[in-house]
Amino acid sequence: MNHWPFVLASYAIVLIATAAVIVASLAAMRKAESRADQLGKRK
Amino acid sequence: MHAFANPTRFLALAKPLTLWFLVAGLVLVAFGSAYGLLYAPEDRLMGDSVRILYIHVPTVWLAMGGWTGIAIASVMQIVWRHPLAAVAARAVAVPGAVFTALGLITGSIWARPTWGTWWVWDGRVTSVLVLFFLYLAYIALANASGDKGGVSRVTAIFGIVGAINIPIINRSVVWWNSLHQPASITVSGSSIDSAFLWPLMVNVIGFSLLFGAIVLMRMRGILAETKVEARLKRMAAE
Repeated sequence: MNHWPFVLASYAIVLIATAAVIVASLAAMRKAESRADQLGKRK
Repeated sequence: MHAFANPTRFLALAKPLTLWFLVAGLVLVAFGSAYGLLYAPEDRLMGDSVRILYIHVPTVWLAMGGWTGIAIASVMQIVWRHPLAAVAARAVAVPGAVFTALGLITGSIWARPTWGTWWVWDGRVTSVLVLFFLYLAYIALANASGDKGGVSRVTAIFGIVGAINIPIINRSVVWWNSLHQPASITVSGSSIDSAFLWPLMVNVIGFSLLFGAIVLMRMRGILAETKVEARLKRMAAE
């Protein structure tokens, strides 16, 4: 049995999912922090 | 730990740490994964499928480490009423669930060429699946508590009680017959050859740093949302 399709699928799933969680967390953090900054400046 | 109970003091440390963890984690994971895929030797018995080791072990380590973090933060929330403990526990839940799912998926993919099956209902695999369901239940409880800045007391107690599953996962390969191999890395040493061990350690450290960066980003997001909510309430009251 050729193991490479299993190896490549595992790496692709882990690296894509990790990148997706990083990007989603970064975007949510930046959105929340910029909203807090804007409200802070309004006062 | 109470020195960082003040969110302003915590943010002063968290902001530079987020970037350092993220950059160092990305560099180590890129190097460890590239080495594991392209240069690490194949195993005499498992062949090229041994390369899955370099990403499967870090994900399962973080799945268990994540819940241990939730349990410790929950104890700090209940016993010492640390104001950031609930925020930290809530921030760990989603990445913890994602890494648990990744551990199950990569384990299943690895099982097909080595065990001849995608899934077995043995102690190790089943207890990790239970951990995944515990994460989902924790996220649902935390969201239902309605407290944006943290989690309710009931959720914290659930975080502590759920930690009983962590030693069960760890000892499952000793207590029950399993296709899963026994622990290769213990406190007394490692049975893995150094040619396989060091790239594994690079990826374990790299993924742990990325996990840390994700948790810090999510904590900063929760704290900013709490700030916005408090300010909007104050503005509405004026």
